[in-house]
Amino acid sequence: MISQLTGIERIVAAFTFLILICFGVAMAAGGRDDLIGTHGWVISLAGIAGAIALLRGYDAPDPSPDRLSEYYDDPSKAGIILTLIWGVIGMLVGVWVAALLAWPELTFDAAWAGFGRLRPVHTSGVIFGFGGNALIATSLHVLQRTTRARLPDQFSPWFVLFGYNLFCVLAASGYLMGITQSKEYAEPEWYADIWLVVVWVVYFSIYIRTLMRRKEPHIYVANWYYMAFILVVALLHIINNLAVPVSLGHVKSYSAFSGVQDAMTQWWYGHNAVAFFLTAGFLGMMYYYLPKRAGRPIYSYRMSIISFWGITFMYMWAGSHHLHYTALPHWVQSLGMAFSVVLLVPSWASAGNALLTLNGAWHKVRDDAVLRFMMLAAIFYGLATFEGSFMAIRAVNSLSHYTDWTIGHVHAGALGWVAMITYGSLYALTPWLWKRPALYSAKLVEWHFWLALSGTVIYVFAMWNSGVIQGLMWRTYNDSGTLNYTFVDSLVAMHPYYIARTIGGLLFLSGAVIALYNIVMTIRTPVPAASESASDIPFVFEPAAPTAPAGE
Amino acid sequence: MFNFHYRLERNAIGFVIAIIVVASIGGFIEIAPLFTIDETVEKAPDMRVYTPLEVAGRNIYIREGCYACHSQMIRTLRDEVERYGPYSLAVESKYDHPMLWGSKRTGPDLARVGGKYSNDWMTAHLNNPRDVVPESNMPAYRWLLRNQLKTDDLGEHLAALRAVGVPYTDEMIANAPKDAIGQANPDTDLAAGVTERYGDKTDVSLFDGNQGAVTEMDAVVAYLQVLGHLTDAAHTTPQNEVE
Repeated sequence: MISQLTGIERIVAAFTFLILICFGVAMAAGGRDDLIGTHGWVISLAGIAGAIALLRGYDAPDPSPDRLSEYYDDPSKAGIILTLIWGVIGMLVGVWVAALLAWPELTFDAAWAGFGRLRPVHTSGVIFGFGGNALIATSLHVLQRTTRARLPDQFSPWFVLFGYNLFCVLAASGYLMGITQSKEYAEPEWYADIWLVVVWVVYFSIYIRTLMRRKEPHIYVANWYYMAFILVVALLHIINNLAVPVSLGHVKSYSAFSGVQDAMTQWWYGHNAVAFFLTAGFLGMMYYYLPKRAGRPIYSYRMSIISFWGITFMYMWAGSHHLHYTALPHWVQSLGMAFSVVLLVPSWASAGNALLTLNGAWHKVRDDAVLRFMMLAAIFYGLATFEGSFMAIRAVNSLSHYTDWTIGHVHAGALGWVAMITYGSLYALTPWLWKRPALYSAKLVEWHFWLALSGTVIYVFAMWNSGVIQGLMWRTYNDSGTLNYTFVDSLVAMHPYYIARTIGGLLFLSGAVIALYNIVMTIRTPVPAASESASDIPFVFEPAAPTAPAGE
Repeated sequence: MFNFHYRLERNAIGFVIAIIVVASIGGFIEIAPLFTIDETVEKAPDMRVYTPLEVAGRNIYIREGCYACHSQMIRTLRDEVERYGPYSLAVESKYDHPMLWGSKRTGPDLARVGGKYSNDWMTAHLNNPRDVVPESNMPAYRWLLRNQLKTDDLGEHLAALRAVGVPYTDEMIANAPKDAIGQANPDTDLAAGVTERYGDKTDVSLFDGNQGAVTEMDAVVAYLQVLGHLTDAAHTTPQNEVE
């Protein structure tokens, strides 16, 4: 890794680690009476680990100038491994918290083991750890192939990957210690948030510098989505996390906004984290890997344009549907509902565009589980966006809100769409990047596919049932005109579904473990000498397949 | 339109600017007016701020992730009003940085839980929920009774809250640690200062049942007991029709 850095980049890296260590030690010293001191040590250790790696490779000869005629894929390779590891961690904690709801005594009287502290480890682990690393790894690969330009330098992609994972570690370890802002999907405290902004600026600079040097006249549609993901997540993250820390030596901060304004800002963030992190980024993935794997051009360029701008414009209005019937002014609720319903149009245009792209390649979908993962992802994307628009209608929301139905909906999207498109893309990408003729085992991909599908279906059906039952029990009146059920009655009714969802999650987790094993074994299997030239080697001379057809 | 796009997608900076502009519109139109339209938040002259002990309790509520299973937002629906009390008003959370409206009810709503149960019940329930509600699936928070509450930096917490708009006075900030101890020890000299600064209605009690040392349990119970009682606005203003 270090041997690929140029002399100047090694100096920049040295300064970066030095600054990191200084900040870490300052935090450890200034916050010695507070949990921020612990995180100071974590940051220092990350800096020291980086510095040791740098020193060990510092005297390696400079990289050959020949490298400039090849793409730079090592950060993507590391990102794939990190994605799979975070996936297993995040899903394992997910299964664990699901079990806690059925068997609440599993906490060993330890503070870190309670549902409230573990739940954000699960959500951040899968969204930021698994999803975020997948987006970074694939975006850097897609960016180079669709612009036919190498990344601008060797240091900044490693900085983004390293810095982003440091953020994820600070987040997850913080929750276990009780460090949280309590803002859903934005729980990390102020110092971690500032660090993420630094990382994100570098990430954007990689993107824009590569685009500026592109050798294709048009920017391919996958990059529109990746750019929307990077830009809008920055906007959301900065505004939603505005806060005043108690002092520089405290982890705790107080949100700049309060009450109704804070609620609206939070759900503007929360819903668009779904839109631009879990949708836009992964649509970018889909627009490259699905046509590439199917060997078919994207069905419609115009549908891509309509759905991209529809999603970018309309999603930003939809967040207030999380606040129906609350103290949020009625006009904002109505706007949120209206835009949420219309959002179905660009969402289904994307899903339809993906499925129509498969016309002429359905025999491949039948035979190739990797492509089937992507096809299923597009179907679940269509289903989940339909359900989302439906649940945003006030009358439906009055029943579904606060219940497990919402959890079921989120998992239809997260398991069915985000995880499926990610695994499909990584299975396609791994042999290309490591120059292997195929994955270690196609059979294991089949196993993973059916485990993932059955796990998702069991999970989602369990949550639909429990959510609808819960919502109905809360509003059922008896003949004398009083509420028929106590809250505890509804809780008892949930028990079998909490067990069912744990089983569904366990099946999905088994698939994630299989994926990690299969991809690691693919990498560890030596390259057969004969196949090397025949494999899909991503050199400059290779035309980037989907670019030309999509640009017409 | 497609011709325009054909040109736009050849220009990286133009595309970046277009994304930022198009994506900013919705949030701007929905959020900015909430700060400027007066009717958004009702007036409640009787509203008091959280005491230092309640702030500490609220921070523990956040730390343990209670918001993941309990909402604090009663919707304008008939069954919710009958189950939990008058629907929540915006003003009731105007000092909540951040708000804790929540999004999921694995457990019941807590917006008006204050005063519904005794301190003893609250303490027993937090210590092990299944001792008082056998069917409960809430985790036990036994360490709340064991952990001493950190009170020495509460003044800094109040100062930070003042920086984001909560009207704490210099006196409140200066006396924050003492007031936290006083509120949990009714028969001491420190107790008088709490009612003097935060009003006669402030609940000064042995929240965890023990005199002397202030535990995290004291703080959490004090916070839960004030929920729904910072202002009477929801009870005094006529409520609109519920659905």
